[in-house]
Amino acid sequence: MAIAAVFRTCPDTGLKVHSHAENLIKANAVVAVIFLAVGGFFGLLVALTRWPAVHLLPADAFYLVLTAHGANVLLFWILFFEVAVLYFASAILLNSRLAMPKVAWGSFVLMIIGAVIANVAVLQGESSVMFTSYPPLKAVPHFYLGLILFAVGMLGAVLVFFATLVIAKDEKTYEGSVPLVTFGAITAAIIAVFTLASGAVILIPTWLWSMDLISEVDPIIYKVIWWGFGHSSQQVNVAVQVAIWYAIAAMVLGAKPLSEKVSRAAFLLYIVFLQLASAHHLLVEPGISSNWKVFNTSYAFYLAVLGSMIHGMSIPGAIEAAQRRRGLTQGIFEWLRKAPWDNPAFSGMFLSLILFGFLGGITGVVMGTEQINLIIHNTMYVPGHFHATVVAGTTLAFMAITYLLIPLIFRRELVFKRLAKWQPYLFGIGAAGISLFMMGAGTLGVPRRHWDITFTDAPLTVEMPGTAFLMMGLNGVFAILAAIGGLAYIVVVVGSVFFGKHRDEAVAKANPVIFDGGEAVTQYGSEGTIRIPGTIVLVAIFFTSFVLYYFVNWKYLSEVWPLR
Amino acid sequence: MAKSAKKAAPEPEPGDIPFMQRLLDNPFILLFIGVTVPTLIYLVWGVVEVAQIPLAK
Ligand code: HEM
Ligand SMILES: [Cu+2]
Repeated sequence: MAIAAVFRTCPDTGLKVHSHAENLIKANAVVAVIFLAVGGFFGLLVALTRWPAVHLLPADAFYLVLTAHGANVLLFWILFFEVAVLYFASAILLNSRLAMPKVAWGSFVLMIIGAVIANVAVLQGESSVMFTSYPPLKAVPHFYLGLILFAVGMLGAVLVFFATLVIAKDEKTYEGSVPLVTFGAITAAIIAVFTLASGAVILIPTWLWSMDLISEVDPIIYKVIWWGFGHSSQQVNVAVQVAIWYAIAAMVLGAKPLSEKVSRAAFLLYIVFLQLASAHHLLVEPGISSNWKVFNTSYAFYLAVLGSMIHGMSIPGAIEAAQRRRGLTQGIFEWLRKAPWDNPAFSGMFLSLILFGFLGGITGVVMGTEQINLIIHNTMYVPGHFHATVVAGTTLAFMAITYLLIPLIFRRELVFKRLAKWQPYLFGIGAAGISLFMMGAGTLGVPRRHWDITFTDAPLTVEMPGTAFLMMGLNGVFAILAAIGGLAYIVVVVGSVFFGKHRDEAVAKANPVIFDGGEAVTQYGSEGTIRIPGTIVLVAIFFTSFVLYYFVNWKYLSEVWPLR
Repeated sequence: MAKSAKKAAPEPEPGDIPFMQRLLDNPFILLFIGVTVPTLIYLVWGVVEVAQIPLAK
């Protein structure tokens, strides 16, 4: 009994939209936003506890809430949203039906069950093991079970994605090569397979160990395999987020990649090399050779960094080329000044790109260097870095594309348009602030995952400099700003999805969200120009900052460990 | 016809699609590469190194 394929035609794009694909995108996106709300609230509590003057929660609650924060935002918010993006980039952009809708719904239910079980385990209080759950820390068995069910569900969704690619090709719903955004999603899905397989390989024995069915899990082996999951899933995020940048640039500005071939080659570098960077989590682990550490984090990984830099140049370049095509040719930066800064899809995307590159990218390469890593390993610098990548970068990119999914997929007009206009700035500045101040505190030696840096009652104490306390206080202030930005997003999304004006054909005509040339998102094709002086200036600023920051850190290392 | 006008090459015949394009158009070969490379270089190599650490007596 086949499920009848029902299609509607999108008034904005003329694309066929498969009802199952549409409903699954909606369901996954809505659930994602719920987990963001829950997890973001926990994040605020964590930040307020680490604000020395506030020190909100008692110690045991702090570690519980920190575990809940990591799992809900890093795993559940992001991965549910990614499922929505995978379905969008396959069924919708390829003009196809979604394969195996029953499997897709089954996966969705399994992911929810898994996420809820894991949350229950954490909130019961016996599983404050952080989302990394390193043995010998032991959580209750259903904590691991929840994560395993979630991962299996996600694997099902990835399977549906690949099957949809096959169907679209067989049924010839597109010609030639897939569009670049779909190619980015393919990259993400491939990395996801490695990610989820690693997760299953390590979490299943750990689950058995938590039930005393096996006697031990080796802590270092655990770390190696777990980070194949924990880090690679960040690389899924990077691939999806880059695909979203291309998608928004195309839909809002009609920007085509400067060169499809080059951009696809950059994604290929991701597929081959990006996952190796998982090794940066083991840079100070004893018993593993520097060959393994350095090859994985540097020699091979820099090829993946090259991929990111290609995208980082190609996307603003594409935007510049599209704007210049439209006649915004004055000076170096007219194209950027006259960009649609009050369209939250665009502003969110551009802020995400800049913050990810300057704050997340540069610091990531620096801390992935074995020697320099020693200065900041396990300090607040680490969450500082990854709040730049995964919050200012990925989360903000997901928020930005939501402003297009609401009219196109939920077929609602945005409510609170003014709030929506401000939201990316509030959240982006808040996220940039927490990243910077956590990194600042880490540079001064403040440890991560630590309830009390005054070390009251501790037999051995450490004096933190006054500036470290200042940094943690400023982190708290910007955490409040980020939380307000996050709340604004939730209010706009929930308000629009439930109470927004229905977007029928007339409304869609009167109030377009896709602008001229926007169909570029569904096509294979290049801008085919390199007249992008503004982008070249941006890239030059980027490299200068990069080089300076890199050398400052070597200098700093020489002061931390003077050779006399 | 996708409008990827190749400047250098003449209209591609089905037979002479460039190797790179055939590779990039095949998600399953990419999947194979993307799973095998990190499995060997990161996981297997890493686990072998940890397994070689001598046990304390
Ligand atoms: C309002 C927004 C947010 C605030 C104020 C916030 C703040 C914080 C703070 C202060 C920490 C604790 C660092 C420590 O003590 O070691 C933390 C940890 C963390 N955050 Fe956030 N965060 C926010 C949003 C997010 C989002 C959206 C994500 C993921 C997409 C995220 C992922 C994480 C992860 C993975 C950890 C590490 C948990 C651990 O060490 O086990 N955060 N966050
Ligand atoms: Cu990592």
